[in-house]
Amino acid sequence: MSERVLMKGNEAMAEAAIRAGCRHFFGYPITPQTEVAAYMSKKMPKIGGTYLQAESEIAAINMVLGAASAGVRAMTSSSSPGISLKTEGISYIAGSDLPCLIVNVERGGPGLGGIQPAQSDYWQATRALGHGDFHVLVFAPSNVQEVVDLVFLAYDLAEKYRMPAMLLSDGLLGQMMEPVSFPEPVEKTGKPSWAACGHQDLRPHNVINSLYLKADQLERTVVERFARYAQVEAREQRCQQYLCDDADYIVVAFGATARVSQSAVDTLRAQGVKAGLLRPVTLWPFPKEAIRSHIPHAKGFLSVEMSMGQMVDDVRLTVEGKVPVGFFGRTGGVIPRPSEVVEAVMKMAGGDR
Amino acid sequence: MKDWNFVFAGFGGQGILFAGKVVAYAGMAGEREVSWLPSYGPEMRGGTANCSVCLSSRPIGSPLVLEPDALVVMNNPSYDKFIDTVVPGGTVVIDRALVDRRTARTDITALYVPATRLAQENGIGKLANLIALGALWKATGFTTAEALDAAIVKVVPPSKPELVELNRRAIRIGAEAAE
Repeated sequence: MSERVLMKGNEAMAEAAIRAGCRHFFGYPITPQTEVAAYMSKKMPKIGGTYLQAESEIAAINMVLGAASAGVRAMTSSSSPGISLKTEGISYIAGSDLPCLIVNVERGGPGLGGIQPAQSDYWQATRALGHGDFHVLVFAPSNVQEVVDLVFLAYDLAEKYRMPAMLLSDGLLGQMMEPVSFPEPVEKTGKPSWAACGHQDLRPHNVINSLYLKADQLERTVVERFARYAQVEAREQRCQQYLCDDADYIVVAFGATARVSQSAVDTLRAQGVKAGLLRPVTLWPFPKEAIRSHIPHAKGFLSVEMSMGQMVDDVRLTVEGKVPVGFFGRTGGVIPRPSEVVEAVMKMAGGDR
Repeated sequence: MKDWNFVFAGFGGQGILFAGKVVAYAGMAGEREVSWLPSYGPEMRGGTANCSVCLSSRPIGSPLVLEPDALVVMNNPSYDKFIDTVVPGGTVVIDRALVDRRTARTDITALYVPATRLAQENGIGKLANLIALGALWKATGFTTAEALDAAIVKVVPPSKPELVELNRRAIRIGAEAAE
């Protein structure tokens, strides 16, 4: 690990990707992810990598499709409206079974929305990052060190399961500085066996494709892919728990909102309310097992989000009505205050105390 | 050491974000958890700028400081926006050269330091931010002298080593003004 340095989330993310072996970055500017691209534009030429500012988000994601087809670690980053533009390409990448890293430094929506932090792309990231039956791995860091660590993990798992990975950050995490240290750089040598790169006729062609005109053939490829998704769901659920073991009320929150919620949990504990925080680190696969493990003792779950309530759907699907699931959120770029979360938990606790 | 939540606020260009960065580095040098969060948006150039800085012995929850233990303000709009957010018992450093307000609050310690004027008089016109920081440090003792000095050495780019001495001087001027 390197010495600890103070870095913005966005810059640390770019440095982490480079250290994880990414040499191909394709982007298009948008606030609040600009520092990712700016860092890449400065660094990539110096290390023999490619930084390419495409003519649009759509072009950039299709360049990722091309680079990933050739078996290299490719990356693009954007923010909410830009990610919407990329969804067609992401669907193609998923349909072609290619690994890559897609970063969304979320801002408020819908439409052009605003540029302040938000988490209102949860549904998009976990449900519909393009057309068709597919998933992408979705990672939600909540501090700058975790941004770095999850970039490495995202590439590793994307390659292991041959599927795109998304890092879901937000304007707050992207802009804030925290101390961070970096793992040793990964040297990516050699190409995966499936890569479509030059082979001088020494082996059969590798075909990267998402078009299957015969229905039964397409069904078979999708069903096979879902068998892989089932493995991912069984093995790769990740979360962090804070004071959950004896908690009556468990706040479920990810990313920046988890930090606000952790402050709220500390306040609640000081007031004698047994509160805990369960922070999903992977949003897909959603950490169902961990949430379920608390159903026997929890009196309620509260999903706290910077949206009108999206992840709360997954909490409800996991809890299956066995205990109450509530929601508190702010949206449009407003960051919830710890005191508001405290109030929401107290309201849930009602006369129970 | 005690945990600290700071807000630094002023105009874009006054080095308000830089002053916050020095505090964050001082926290790091003192082996504490730190976070630095800037305001960002289309208003930054020429408009108001502010940042939240947290120093803590524990992992930091919300990095957005809504109720600072200590506040540095370097213009009127920032004073108006943040003066009532300071926690009772907190400290505020006000650049008297640029802020014409005086607080009626008796539950906080207010230091009126003419940071911008002192910077000009001492020929370090761009370092009013570090003068204000020097005053803040003297008034609160949020870190050790060693950690603060280590932070200054750290934030000055290696290409401009002469700035280390100037920044040290600014801190000293601020600390003296706070006495």
